[in-house]
Amino acid sequence: MTNLEKYDQVFINAFGITAEQLSGLQYQDIPAWDSVGHMQLIAELEDTFGIMMDTDDIIDFSSYEKGKEILAKPEYQIEL
Amino acid sequence: MWNLAEYGDSPAVIESSGTVLTYAELKAETEALAEKIGRRCLVFSLCRNTIGSLIGYVACLNGRIPPIMLSSTLDEALLENLLSVYAPAYIWCPEEQAAQFPGTEPVYAAYGYALLKTDFPKEYPLYDELGLLLTTSGSTGSPKFVRQSYANILDNAQSIVQYLKLSADERPITTLPMNYTYGLSIINSHLLVGAAILMTEKGLMQKEFWSFFREAGATSFGGVPYTYEMLDRLRFYRMQLPSLRTMTQAGGKILPELHEKFAAYAEETGRQFVVMYGQCEATARMGFLPPEMAAAKKGSMGIAIPGGKFRLIGADGSTVTAPHTTGELVYEGKNVTLGYAECGDDLSRGDERGGILETGDMAQFDEDGYYYIVGRKKRFLKIYGNRVNLDETERMIRSEFQIEAACAGKDDHMELFVTDAAFAEPVREFVVRKTRLNPAAFRVTVIDAIPKNDAGKTLYRELQKYYE
Repeated sequence: MTNLEKYDQVFINAFGITAEQLSGLQYQDIPAWDSVGHMQLIAELEDTFGIMMDTDDIIDFSSYEKGKEILAKPEYQIEL
Repeated sequence: MWNLAEYGDSPAVIESSGTVLTYAELKAETEALAEKIGRRCLVFSLCRNTIGSLIGYVACLNGRIPPIMLSSTLDEALLENLLSVYAPAYIWCPEEQAAQFPGTEPVYAAYGYALLKTDFPKEYPLYDELGLLLTTSGSTGSPKFVRQSYANILDNAQSIVQYLKLSADERPITTLPMNYTYGLSIINSHLLVGAAILMTEKGLMQKEFWSFFREAGATSFGGVPYTYEMLDRLRFYRMQLPSLRTMTQAGGKILPELHEKFAAYAEETGRQFVVMYGQCEATARMGFLPPEMAAAKKGSMGIAIPGGKFRLIGADGSTVTAPHTTGELVYEGKNVTLGYAECGDDLSRGDERGGILETGDMAQFDEDGYYYIVGRKKRFLKIYGNRVNLDETERMIRSEFQIEAACAGKDDHMELFVTDAAFAEPVREFVVRKTRLNPAAFRVTVIDAIPKNDAGKTLYRELQKYYE
């Protein structure tokens, strides 16, 4: 699996959604992406990519696209 | 309820949008709304953490107009059912939701909220001292509400002011809904002392929440056990929050290791971590662990609040006198609510509890008189701070799908048992939709048969092996 496939799969598993829903998806767009869902999402991304995210990045992770930017940062170096 | 004139030009509420209302302005706004309603009648208040929502609440309480406090995100079908059961004279809701109520007439608006006049042909008589109605769970859509009196609300707020030593320089930030007893108690107690309430619709997982926290100088927040799990994972301990003084916790028993971590953090940073205990049936609060004991009494919910008393009743009905002995926790105090309402006719009922509440929680006390919750008499779970009744959830599943099912589990993790794999996903989706709680809290297990005894009663103990 490519990094992008892994990234997408984390969203799909965490929120029980389909790949078609990912583009443009934002925090609180769907009931599953509330604060509880957010914590699950972050925990699974950390496990999948073997990283530990900073507090500021966790609370800045406000959309599917924003998350890609964050993971590409020098601290994590996950190219999607 | 509140003497708003006393605090004049001090800010009463600061919204994350930047809008501020002083106590004088809050007084004027709430009087205008109460005057528009004009008489003692029932109002449905659809709550958000915004100024408009707060105006509706304060107007109702100060104007002796009983509101039923509901979430503005409540399932539409459930809301419609509640409307027909209680036939309120008015609805106070966010303006964009007004279209949801055909047949109502908008008669007033303020700060993004609208007052809708309903056309129910019948109004139910209201008991004179009935102050407001709150749900115990807020979720499964049961029309069961707790009836709180004006004296209940005032007494509990005064007690909270006393034990948390609240003063006008406090700035609590909203982390809980207004229609939730714990969130409401924070508002009630702080308006009593002239403090400024920081209101935001943003949550702990959003950057905007924390920038508002810092800019507005929040001094305290409240959290349910899950809130503290989230803060722990956010590595909250490293955040720079110079204005923060107090963290309170209620809404279920916090994990002992988190209790320890936050107590240690508070001690190291000169802050207070206050574990508390309460129920909607006691207005909000019954017990608290004095912050200086937070580290020493890990796992304890503390002692009774000022004005209240705890005792334990053993299986034989006698009062427990020995430490470390389990009994049902009974609370006595002026904040014990009137009773429940399950239909419109119940709104005229008076005080049915006489100041004594059997909490349904099983507890022990130690040699120093500090109480520890060790179990529950009734089958319910606390999920993200919300009470969810297991038997009621089972009944809902059975009537929706006409299948055998059992519900069990631990706080924040409900286990749904079915015997037909084809129903696994539909049942889970149904429970998620009805409770409006995050799907992460529910897991379905398919088993051959629901274990039962000869009398046909489900043997929940035999289900434990699937999740322990």
